[in-house]
Amino acid sequence: MARTDGWLMRRLRHLDPILLLLVLALLGISLAVVTSASGQSPARITGHLVNMGIALTLMVAVANVPPHLLSKIGPPLYATGVVLLVGVALFGEIRNGSRRWLDFGVMAFQPSELLKLALPLMLAWYFQRNEAVLRAKHFLVAGALLLVPFALILRQPDLGTALMIGASGFYLLFFAGLPWKVILGGGALAAASLPVVWHFLHDYQQRRVLTLLDPTADPLGDGYHIIQSTIAIGSGGLFGKGWMAGTQNQLDFIPERTTDFVFAVFGEEFGYVGAILLVALYLAVIARGLVIAGRAPTQFGRLMAATLSLNLFTYVFVNMGMVSGILPVVGVPLPLMSYGGTSLVTLLLGMGILMSVATHRQLNKT
Amino acid sequence: MNFAALKDLDRELARFRRRIRIGAVFVGLLALLLLARAYYLQIVRHDHYVERAESNRISLVPTAPNRGLIYDRHGRILAENYSAYTLEVTRERTHDLEATLAEVGKLIEITPGQLRRFRRLLAESHEFETVPLKSKLTDEEVAVLAANRYRLPGIEVKARLFRNYQAGPGMAHVVGYIGRINDRDLKNLRESGRDSNYKGSVHIGKTGLEQSYETLLHGRTGFDQMETDASGRAVRMLSRVSPVPGKDLRLHLDRELQAVAEHAFGDYLGGLVALDPDTGGVLALVSRPGFDPNLFIDGIDPETWKSLNESPDRPMVNRALRGIYPPGSTIKPLMALAGLELGLRKPADAFLDPGYYSLPNSRHRFRDWKPQGHGVVDLRRSISQSCDVYYYRLAVDMGIDRMHDYLAKFGLGEKTGIDLDNESSGLLPSREWKQRRWKKTWYPGETVIAGIGQGYHLTTPVQLAVMTAMLANGGRRIEPRLVAAVRDPVTHFWQPLAPALRGQIAIDPANLAVVREGMLDVTRPGGTASASAAGAPYTIAGKTGTAQVVGIKQGARYDASKLARQHRDHALFIAYAPADKPTIAIAVMVENGGSGSGTAAPIARAVFDYYLTGKRPGDMKPEATDGTD
Repeated sequence: MARTDGWLMRRLRHLDPILLLLVLALLGISLAVVTSASGQSPARITGHLVNMGIALTLMVAVANVPPHLLSKIGPPLYATGVVLLVGVALFGEIRNGSRRWLDFGVMAFQPSELLKLALPLMLAWYFQRNEAVLRAKHFLVAGALLLVPFALILRQPDLGTALMIGASGFYLLFFAGLPWKVILGGGALAAASLPVVWHFLHDYQQRRVLTLLDPTADPLGDGYHIIQSTIAIGSGGLFGKGWMAGTQNQLDFIPERTTDFVFAVFGEEFGYVGAILLVALYLAVIARGLVIAGRAPTQFGRLMAATLSLNLFTYVFVNMGMVSGILPVVGVPLPLMSYGGTSLVTLLLGMGILMSVATHRQLNKT
Repeated sequence: MNFAALKDLDRELARFRRRIRIGAVFVGLLALLLLARAYYLQIVRHDHYVERAESNRISLVPTAPNRGLIYDRHGRILAENYSAYTLEVTRERTHDLEATLAEVGKLIEITPGQLRRFRRLLAESHEFETVPLKSKLTDEEVAVLAANRYRLPGIEVKARLFRNYQAGPGMAHVVGYIGRINDRDLKNLRESGRDSNYKGSVHIGKTGLEQSYETLLHGRTGFDQMETDASGRAVRMLSRVSPVPGKDLRLHLDRELQAVAEHAFGDYLGGLVALDPDTGGVLALVSRPGFDPNLFIDGIDPETWKSLNESPDRPMVNRALRGIYPPGSTIKPLMALAGLELGLRKPADAFLDPGYYSLPNSRHRFRDWKPQGHGVVDLRRSISQSCDVYYYRLAVDMGIDRMHDYLAKFGLGEKTGIDLDNESSGLLPSREWKQRRWKKTWYPGETVIAGIGQGYHLTTPVQLAVMTAMLANGGRRIEPRLVAAVRDPVTHFWQPLAPALRGQIAIDPANLAVVREGMLDVTRPGGTASASAAGAPYTIAGKTGTAQVVGIKQGARYDASKLARQHRDHALFIAYAPADKPTIAIAVMVENGGSGSGTAAPIARAVFDYYLTGKRPGDMKPEATDGTD
């Protein structure tokens, strides 16, 4: 590294150019779609830009932290997250019928959001520590570390987030080498217990699943979201109705169209060609992430990169599946597309970790 | 780090890379699933969803046409439209209907009658339908409601066109009224394929001209194609098809003549039809009592409806069209004509009337109205004196079959075809009818009383008016018409409607002349209606009649003063004038009026006076000047 480089330039060296380009492309599309979906609301657009600025800055910052340092904040972050989840269970504020929020006076905060990064960090740290001596008991401990926050979030109740966090934990265990017989056995057990799980689901959760099977059963109630979003996507056709020209979008038929249902707006205005491009961009991000994972020199780096990549895809799949009517409605935003600061920060922090892993390859070989 | 551990790590790394590939495959498969779903929605089902999106955003808002107006022959308004504010309630949108009503009641006055009517309409309509609570709001009421609208969900103040019948009860049976479209109307509209034209309409003609000319008066509904957002709010108009207003009607009927006739009835009930014998144009059509048609427009409150419906005077029945009474002696001129035409009588044939008539081999006496008899009576005298025995004998000579066939030529027993609905066809008896209806043979005695318009005979005033007009015009079978012309709302051109003719009966002019002389004798000194014609500057040809309400026993005498009013005879009078060149033919029926000469003839005289000379009854208010255009 040349000494003549400025401080900022040195910081930017730790950005992975391919990943950065892909992320910026997605954020550019997001800005266009949110602009259209918000009816060109200046407040929304400014807010979105501010969120992007903060999240990108944090991404750059994290990318500059070497992975071995990142791994060290896993345990305290995890511990904090779990303590806060317990706090939520005891003192949390109820919004929309579930106890998910902690009110700190100046800001309300969902501790479950913290766990989205804290759990993989914690587990990756744990597997890194026991890399050479991995035994079955380590998987048991890791499983326990996974189940604690999963159960707490499930209790809130927030099935969607619990499943997403559970999935991220599972990916990590999978990449860490969880034996196939455990995976298949667990899968079979989960399938067998579905009727029991169904029994314990809340009414609204059962209804969401039933609505998915037949949205027309309640066209003005639960089915409304799915019906309107599929109409929007379907009427977009091959090339879409054009930016800011989607009638479903402009005339207010798509609910929550800057946040969870932003893909309906995108599909209506940019069509099937747009959808292919968007999915391709996501796949490119994930592919890049998996490549970074494959080249990562440490167990921590490998596990984090692979898990974050698959996790991103899970969000994409669950959101698009829900908006296009093949999955039940769960409150999951579309990564890098939906308006919303928290999820954008979490995602770009993840991107920062990926970049850190990618650019600190030679530096931290122990 | 020892060698074994390194080897172990290599194996670990190989497994990790294998799992990365598995993860990539997993991701690829799910991505394909997403794209397959998008392909299905955006390519396969594209047309379907385009259609759904279009129907989402485009709504057709019907705009009701303005209803055509109705004028009398001189352009006086009979049915008009005016714009006013109305307070309407959509039950579905109110959180608590009763609380909202109470709240509204505090702001503006809601009468118990309005509330009753509202509840009845509410019971008949769906949750989401808008029901009027109070019409014709004052400006202050509109202001108060507008200021408080935010706390009255489901309450709306709307500007609407209203119908007003300022001619009042006297014209109710002619003009009729419109009312809110009910389920039965909707069914009829659907069956005739007209329902789409009523999408924006609230009202439909229910009776009278409003009903029979509904198609012309209603006009064609327009549509605004609106783009609406998810909350149903119109964002912009895409296209507009303007409504075509209904056509205006101008009647033959003279509102003032009608008022004069009304007035002449005094307290009596009954019906009157005056026709232009030349065209069949209806100059006046009275049914007493009338009612206020304005009560029905936005639904009548149940108690007023009950009192109208259950009144013994039956104000809702149009007596001119549906009142069926024995024609009595009013058919004698026609019987006389039949006798001449069929060659059964010569004008000079004279018979002795001893005051009764008996069939051969029978001791039953058919009495004349004049107990001592009319002496020697020829055809003209038989009419002017209304000699019953003459017609008993003529009827027997003619027989019921020939009588039926001849009277039928003048439209008795058949609907006249007047341009109002629900006309009654009356009853013209015949042997065949009795067999069919009662499975009984015809008795000769029934022929006798049929000769003086009693027995099974039943006629409506409008039938008698047509019969009279045919005697006046020489046998031209006209159909009565109220509407003279129709105005196109676009060109403003009045299109006259051609008179409707059903043909011409061949009558020997000499025979008709004798009968008409006899009818003229009726109003000359010595005739039964001479008093009513005294001093008229024109000539009247007429015939009095009396229809029995209760049977009089053999040997008993009819004494009006001893009978309760509702059991007194109905009084009838038919006439045309001027006798030599008739321009008006009339039939008057006065329920329980006693005698034709006493109550019915003076009414006809009043109508003739106004129509032919412009003279109004002395005790009548001068013509109202409003509503003339």
